Amino acid sequence: MTLRPSSAHFRESRNPAGEQRTGSPLSRGRAELRERALRLALPIIVLAVGLAVWELVVRLANIPPYVLPAPGLILKTLVADRVLLAQSVLVTLKTTFEGFLLAACGGVGLAVIFNQSRFIEYSFYPYAVILQVTPVIAIAPLLLVYLQPQAAVLVCAWIVAFFPVLANTTLGLHSVDRNLADLFSLYGASRLQILWNLKLPWALPYMLGGLRIAGGLSLVGAVAAEIAASSAGAGSGLAYRISEAQYRLNIPRMFAALLLLSLAGIVIFYLLSLINHLALRHWHESALEREG
Amino acid sequence: MAAVMASRSASLVALRGVGKIFPNGVRALGGLDLDVREGEFLALLGPSGCGKSTALRVIAGLSEPTEGAVQWLAGATRRQGDSRIGFVFQEPTLMPWASVFANVALPLKLKGLSAPKAAERVEAALERVGLASFSAAYPRELSGGMRMRVSIARALVTEPQLLLMDEPFAALDEITRFKLNDDILRMWQTLSTTIVFVTHSVFESIFLASRVVVMAARPGRVFAELTVDAPYPRAEDFRTSAEYAAYCRRASEALAQAMAAGGEA
Repeated sequence: MTLRPSSAHFRESRNPAGEQRTGSPLSRGRAELRERALRLALPIIVLAVGLAVWELVVRLANIPPYVLPAPGLILKTLVADRVLLAQSVLVTLKTTFEGFLLAACGGVGLAVIFNQSRFIEYSFYPYAVILQVTPVIAIAPLLLVYLQPQAAVLVCAWIVAFFPVLANTTLGLHSVDRNLADLFSLYGASRLQILWNLKLPWALPYMLGGLRIAGGLSLVGAVAAEIAASSAGAGSGLAYRISEAQYRLNIPRMFAALLLLSLAGIVIFYLLSLINHLALRHWHESALEREG
Repeated sequence: MAAVMASRSASLVALRGVGKIFPNGVRALGGLDLDVREGEFLALLGPSGCGKSTALRVIAGLSEPTEGAVQWLAGATRRQGDSRIGFVFQEPTLMPWASVFANVALPLKLKGLSAPKAAERVEAALERVGLASFSAAYPRELSGGMRMRVSIARALVTEPQLLLMDEPFAALDEITRFKLNDDILRMWQTLSTTIVFVTHSVFESIFLASRVVVMAARPGRVFAELTVDAPYPRAEDFRTSAEYAAYCRRASEALAQAMAAGGEA
């Protein structure tokens, strides 16, 4: 699940650069257009062929829907269960969004505090790492012992998502250009002025990179915790629908819910990429074409 | 020896027996005595690694000497945090996320100057370096020479008493460098400020400076001093004159001796 966003990241990050080219010869513009069309068309063709083969195999081999439903049936289920599934999508997205917001604030906030005091950084950074490397699926049942299911799900989403924000922002804050830092101290800038006018803008691209990873991860965290919570008989998010449908052998609905989770992940990723691009398009190397 | 003593005017800042040993044990400066006189254009000339940049950082207060003292003329700029020092780095060192205007306005902003008051001075500084029409541009959109001009405008915006320049044109092509040399001389004359200019180019130092101090390495110290008496304004005719060539030859000789004394090949 974590592989998909990272491969999509590379594909996406090259595209905005292509759009920024100005004054390029017509032939180059046309070649670029073809390249973009191919990038869009090829995965769609693969999807269409894959779905057709799937549908054919299920029909020709007479596979019963409780073993493997055909794509057509999954689509029908999606439409038939739309009210139920839409509610679940909203529940899961709400948790994901809240977890993401907390992770963003927590990650950036901790990074700033760590950057201001080496003492605090040395004291607490190892525990942030421990929180990150312990699989969340193993932490979730324990959290459910102490917290309301909804709160536990939120905490899980936060635990998974905050670390990339913390790690990336910390790196950004530490990699400020030395000459610029000298310039600020030459003009007698206060710590707050340095933080606000130099360190945070400098760290912004790193921070946004962390947030892009955190968006996907907060969905992972929310789903993992929902699945753990559903065995305790609580919740109504998409992941809960999946385990519920599993008990009832409603395999088409499992697929339908899974499809929606995937779509949610894709939307989250592209939304964050868009924010990233809008924030950096004027100045950062990643969003600009190199000078000829 | 090519050293010539110049007529003494008041020292704006004086380094007395300044030494600097870095934490890794490297002795960058040792027994450095240097006077920066008010209103002069002083060039620090030396081979790479002779500590000329370190000397500049010590003057700016960005680096504390491990021995000796830095004395300021009474009533003059003291040290770090004083807007009457301007510093131009070897790189343009601009904030990539900020427009040209915002970059030049930075020193005033850090001083807490109100935006309208700052705007006038920023525009004047940009006018001075010939970039008045680029105030909304981002550094990425400018050429190397233009970025360096922005950097100079930023250093000038506080109207500094002392402008410190650390090999500012070393990374630029020769045509751009000559143009900027002409411009910096014109600015120095109209602003009547004091400039300390670090360079490893004999030709640049003679063209610009009223006094050239040649430094030797290991540890960094003053090796020779050369007063360039040619009158300002200096332009293309000075650059091609026999007088200029003669000064360059003397400076080159001093530099060669300094390098021999500093143990360089």
